[in-house]
Amino acid sequence: MNPEAIRDKVSVVGVGCCQFGENWDQSREDMMVDAVWEAYEDAGIEDPDAEIDAVFAGAVYPREGSGEVAESLKLFGKPITMLMDYCQTGTDAFRCGVFAVASGLYDTVLVLGFDKPKDRGVSGPSVSFDKVRGLPATPAGWFSLCAARYFETYDTGREDLAKIAVKNHHNGTLAPKSMLKKEITVEDVLKARIISWPFGLFDCAAQSDGAAAAIITRTDLARNKRDDHVLVKAVTVATAEHPQRDPNFDFLAWKPTLYAAKDAYAQAGITEPFRELDVVQLHDCFTLTELLTYEDLGLCKKGEAKDHIASGTFELTGELPVNTDGGLKTFGHPTGATGVRMIYENVLQLRGQAGPRQIKGATTALSHNIGGAPQTCGIAILGMP
Amino acid sequence: MTGIVSYGAYVPRTRLPLALIQGRPAKEGGPEKAFAYYDEDAVTMAVSAALDCLRGSDREAVDAVYFASTSYDLREKQAAAVIAKALDLRRDVLTSDHAGSLRAGTLALEAGLNAVAAGAAKRALVVVADCRMGAPRGALEAKLGDGAAAFLIGGEGAIATLSARAAVTNEFQDSWRMDGDPFTHTWEDRFVVKEGVVPNLVESITTLLRESGTEPSDLAKASIYAHDARALGTVAKQCGIDPGTLQDPLAGRLGNTGCAFAPMLLVAALEAAEPGQKLLCASYGDGAHAMMFETTDALEKLEPRRGVSGHLAFRAPIGSYDTYLKSRKLDPKEWAGGADLGLSATVRFRERDADIGMIGARCTECSQVHFPRPRVCIGCHAKDSWDPIRLSDKPGRVLAYTFDYFFPAAEPPTIMVMTEVEGCRVQVQLSNCKPDQVRLDLPVEYVFRKIHDAGGKANYFWKASPVVENEGEEGATR
Repeated sequence: MNPEAIRDKVSVVGVGCCQFGENWDQSREDMMVDAVWEAYEDAGIEDPDAEIDAVFAGAVYPREGSGEVAESLKLFGKPITMLMDYCQTGTDAFRCGVFAVASGLYDTVLVLGFDKPKDRGVSGPSVSFDKVRGLPATPAGWFSLCAARYFETYDTGREDLAKIAVKNHHNGTLAPKSMLKKEITVEDVLKARIISWPFGLFDCAAQSDGAAAAIITRTDLARNKRDDHVLVKAVTVATAEHPQRDPNFDFLAWKPTLYAAKDAYAQAGITEPFRELDVVQLHDCFTLTELLTYEDLGLCKKGEAKDHIASGTFELTGELPVNTDGGLKTFGHPTGATGVRMIYENVLQLRGQAGPRQIKGATTALSHNIGGAPQTCGIAILGMP
Repeated sequence: MTGIVSYGAYVPRTRLPLALIQGRPAKEGGPEKAFAYYDEDAVTMAVSAALDCLRGSDREAVDAVYFASTSYDLREKQAAAVIAKALDLRRDVLTSDHAGSLRAGTLALEAGLNAVAAGAAKRALVVVADCRMGAPRGALEAKLGDGAAAFLIGGEGAIATLSARAAVTNEFQDSWRMDGDPFTHTWEDRFVVKEGVVPNLVESITTLLRESGTEPSDLAKASIYAHDARALGTVAKQCGIDPGTLQDPLAGRLGNTGCAFAPMLLVAALEAAEPGQKLLCASYGDGAHAMMFETTDALEKLEPRRGVSGHLAFRAPIGSYDTYLKSRKLDPKEWAGGADLGLSATVRFRERDADIGMIGARCTECSQVHFPRPRVCIGCHAKDSWDPIRLSDKPGRVLAYTFDYFFPAAEPPTIMVMTEVEGCRVQVQLSNCKPDQVRLDLPVEYVFRKIHDAGGKANYFWKASPVVENEGEEGATR
């Protein structure tokens, strides 16, 4: 295996994102078209039929396969891949697209993530009754697994988690396409009704509808599209032991992130992530997930997340801003779209187009998804030439 | 003058030859009833009748929709709104549903006429539809038919203006349908006719005639709710109406269409009417309601409607009673399509050791215990090398917990714990414990419990329960 095999070979030349939210009046087609046409325009693509060689798409809820994507975008006679792997779906679609371009088979590829959970008539995930084991079975329950022991081991509590929610709510107010634009206080978070301890309502991401798209091409072709093309430094996914069955699981770190980070940093040649990364979008499905991910990505030492939360390290004005657009918490979490939405935000940050939430001089950006029980993680690292 | 500007009707093509109910072969020309096919209901029939009525009309001009039916099923959610949307009417259209009485149809018609007369609406659409059901092979089944009528009401250009009306309200238990019951029920027929149908219809009609100074012989047609031919004859006789004046009640062709019956007979009368005629329409239900219309010259300019006669002529008799039962969802099935069957019996079969027995597996190579038994060992990757191990009677301890407020429980939250037993992780609910009694490393034992009732059956698995350390201490009840 050669971890450097794809580094810098592929570039992002266009990104697009629809308005995230409870898009009652929009279909999946509407959102896909909004995101993709914005990406076309961003990449200067005027004739998608001629310029897009293949599509790698991902979504968790639909069961309609690639046909829905082709029909929505009116792209026919092309290879379209439709994949699903829970929360890291978008990052994996991006990964497959990058590998396809790096192989030399395709010049330009469209990566698309979309989902519309708000057509299901439930707020939040539904509880499954098709089995007797493993119930209750909601993501809040799964992701709270580490809480009790982490809290006890590192003297951490709900107040520390609350500050993460406050930060992401603030960042979301600065992102035009975010779902929630509402400042909140630590007290708001602590007072909210409990969903699954230690998670109250404000500790949970906002489930939303949405779609995001990226146009990628070979770096040697990217210069023809735009000067500020963004290089793909690394992209990987990793699958870990089921945390509810693993006899060695220690309830202090999520293994999928540990595995994926190791590979991603090797691909990008990063040895000191805290120093080398300028901006990070990570999977804050729940506040504790964001806390653990600070440590699991090596942005700080195990057990020290609390101190960095207190000192504001990961705020917009901190040393390493995390979830600059509000994250899953407030930008919204249309499961299959989230990974691509993070690519969108990181590309804006690297091109200096992130408006009031711009991180000055950002040249290296990481995005991260963790999904399932959780068992899977996807990481992408982008950088400027 | 306020009146009917246009009319329309709908009768389902599907007809049930009444002979089939008794298991006899259908004879061409024999008595039959029209019934809503499996893909039709009061709302679809209403839309069809309204489209017939609105042919050539400007739909943008419709200000109000009054829908009447006794057989529209939703207690909460308006049918008129669906009808208005299907007809692509304006968003500011006023909509209301009328229900609860066989008289609902003419009451909605009067409401529409009143709204226009009062200036609250310039154009009001009144749509009446019913598809009532009698129990299979019961006395009522053969009598009831399905259909719809529609009237466009306006202050100008009326083809028939309202010239008189009279109503009586009579508290009376003759026919009824309880919430959740698909079938209409009736009291003894002789009682219904003698004390209900005849006196109330006669009272409303004679009152109308008297108050408007109309002689029965002035009427060109009388569209009167026909409980049956004999009751109709009695009503006509007592009102002094010549039998030849009666609008044909379509016995053996349509069936009693409930609150749409008298309105449909009025449509049939209008189809054949000439300008300058007096038309009576009288409905029955919790009293009776009579209206008299006078046709105008505008009648001749109205483009022909398919109406009652057109739709009646368009027939598709079914060949078996079974088809009728299926189209009304009256054929018993083992279970309804899409119903919650609960857990898959085959999955339960495969997982019976784990789900019911809480049997885990110990790797014969490295001794790692798993629950449930996998194919490949997580410790040494040996394949299919297991000894069964019963975990339900082994001591466990809590490694992690959460309080889940989403899972349906008598007393939320449901306490979910990760337990360790024999070096193996088993995630279960915690029973016999309150949230403030949960702690890491809490010793637990396992208890057999019902997890949920999906599929209407008790579905079992094991839960953890704190080990009772002091026998004398009363345990928490959860």
